Amino acid sequence: MKIVLKDIILINPEQNLNERSNLLITDGIISKTGSLTGSDTEGARVFEFNDKYCVPGLLDMHVHLREPGREDEETVITGSNSAAAGGFTAVACMPNTNPAIDSAEVVGFIKEKAKNHLVDVYPVAAVSHGRKGESLAPMAELAEAGVVGFSDDGNVIKSAKLMKLALEYAGMYNLPVIEHCEDESLAGGAMNEGVMSTFLGLPPLPSVAEDLIVMRDILLAEYTGGRVHIAHISTKNAVDMVRQAKKKGINVTAEVTPHHFTLTEESLKTYDTNYKMNPPLRTKEDVAAVLEGLKDGTLDCIASDHAPHSIEEKEMEFNYAPNGIIGLETQLGLALSELLHKKVLTIEQIIEKMSINPRRILNIPVPKFAVGEKADLTIIDINQVWTVDIKSFKCRSKNSPFDKRLLTGKSVAVINKCQMYYEDRFFRL
Amino acid sequence: MPLTSRHLLGLQGVPAEDIQLILDTAVTFREVLERPIKKVPTLQGKTVVNLFFENSTRTRISFELAQKRLSADTINFSVSTSSAKKGETFKDTVKNIEAMKVDMIVVRHESAGVPQFLTRISGANIINAGDGTHEHPTQGLLDMYSIKEKLGRLEGLKVCIVGDSAHSRVALSNIFGLKTMGAEVSVCGPATMIPRDIDKLGVKVYHNINEAIKNSDVLNVLRIQLERQAGALFPSLREYHNYFGITSERLEKFNKDIIILHPGPVNRGVEISSEVADGPYQIILEQVTNGVAVRMAVLYLLGTLNAKDMI
Repeated sequence: MKIVLKDIILINPEQNLNERSNLLITDGIISKTGSLTGSDTEGARVFEFNDKYCVPGLLDMHVHLREPGREDEETVITGSNSAAAGGFTAVACMPNTNPAIDSAEVVGFIKEKAKNHLVDVYPVAAVSHGRKGESLAPMAELAEAGVVGFSDDGNVIKSAKLMKLALEYAGMYNLPVIEHCEDESLAGGAMNEGVMSTFLGLPPLPSVAEDLIVMRDILLAEYTGGRVHIAHISTKNAVDMVRQAKKKGINVTAEVTPHHFTLTEESLKTYDTNYKMNPPLRTKEDVAAVLEGLKDGTLDCIASDHAPHSIEEKEMEFNYAPNGIIGLETQLGLALSELLHKKVLTIEQIIEKMSINPRRILNIPVPKFAVGEKADLTIIDINQVWTVDIKSFKCRSKNSPFDKRLLTGKSVAVINKCQMYYEDRFFRL
Repeated sequence: MPLTSRHLLGLQGVPAEDIQLILDTAVTFREVLERPIKKVPTLQGKTVVNLFFENSTRTRISFELAQKRLSADTINFSVSTSSAKKGETFKDTVKNIEAMKVDMIVVRHESAGVPQFLTRISGANIINAGDGTHEHPTQGLLDMYSIKEKLGRLEGLKVCIVGDSAHSRVALSNIFGLKTMGAEVSVCGPATMIPRDIDKLGVKVYHNINEAIKNSDVLNVLRIQLERQAGALFPSLREYHNYFGITSERLEKFNKDIIILHPGPVNRGVEISSEVADGPYQIILEQVTNGVAVRMAVLYLLGTLNAKDMI
């Protein structure tokens, strides 16, 4: 089948590309770019996009798909639907499933589930057996099964010794160790420690719990030469440490979530558990530091930490409610509203952080706009104003603090694996 | 003039007029408690549930007594008989209780924010009887009542909260309420027991108990929770008593006019010596009596609040 994406602005910083163009896609492969003739478009379905942006398919490198184990909250398929609706053609899924992604069998199970979906699902495997933090998972076998990184996310990698081993072992396969930075002895609080936790009387979780592990892991990355990726960075000190480490040439990268660059701990005043996450929402100063880190390139990626939770688990007493919020369907809108339209980042920088850098970190080839290349792309309308309505989400869970928020900018369509998602529908190309 | 809110979730944000109204109303009920027949028909026909998810003897008894003195129908629901252990969610428990048509819920819970959560899932008037380490507003009110009864005013007084402010629900209610009423509030205790950035709430911090005594009109001495804190937040009970305990020697040496409050139960020989706990400076038992009157005032004002008077 032939389709034409007419009047698009092709943007791919990897190719130094930012130009008005058209794309002819035949059976999922780009067969022509630039101006098209009558014979090119003959028999093709034409999509008129009126100068909307066409960018390499977005990749969210930090999502929780909950399958296997909590299919009531999300599955590989519902999570992938949510990703496509949010403008993503690929996700990396975290291993805190039940059973954990710590064997080739579970990796195979997830890949099999995702096989026919538009969205590429790249499993991240556990660092330790069962994510227990005791002994290394079979990393070589997992690497061979096709995982894109290792993480005990949800938990910190429990000891410096285990982290050292993980960096050394994963280093053999040039795979990153993705760290949830939280010193265990300081963990257990329900919100950022400071005047707000004092004011609200909620159990405090000090920002230094994150900083300590960021420092530990940077030192271990330097010592071993391994690659550490800091997940969901949220504090000013952590951003500063990553910045300094990069200057020294240490193999460290970092991601930030939309909620950590959009919201502060002030949101907790209503005790709404949709604002309970880990790392917790921080202060205005931390948000400013994160924005600065995005701007100067210290922070490589934007990732959602998409964490579906059932209504009955989230609608609970604050101390007992689980951490985390869903994010696949609000991430792009928040990035465009808070970063592009507020002139923190250019559109190219946003594409780098949501498409190119995550792939580089996970060793995944970046899609290109050239004849013969597979069409893997996202069409974005940066000016579309829309109101978040969680009831319309594809995600199986509804735990978002952004319901009813007005956003500017949205994904219009995604294409990948010879499939297209457009106007709320999937179809084959 | 009625109260401006139909719930009492905390003293943070409660206007001075409301606090004054509660304290003034409590004076009337305090007088009722001295009568041979200590019961008035004010809340006849109203049903109040005491929903206690955490152990409490005195607060629950005080509330229950206040309800009975106002002729309300009272139901007690406590954690030992709770559905929490049967796997029912908090929300379902509340919905079930509410389906039995109750007018007011008095709630205690170990998680901060539960009273706020209750207002979103229930139509009853909610009274916070202690949520986590957040607030315990009726304790704050009875402390203010007792101070005022003894010293005739709140404005301009210097009140110091001594002990583990970080794990206390009494501290914040005292801080918010007293500051609204024009008092100066400070906290005193080991640094490990002072919540971070509390100075940003306009509270002075002391680590030297003698200075705190010297500079205060009132000490509100918090209970040291023996079971969980010895060895964790401070080295030993002995060291705590030696450096932060309230003793007659200290009071006589540094401030003979001081008033001592304690929310109870008292650990004699730890945060306060027996001599002080029974001595002329303290008003501990007055607090207990006043607590019933203050809770009667709160129940009465909320229970008779007409919906159309709400702002």
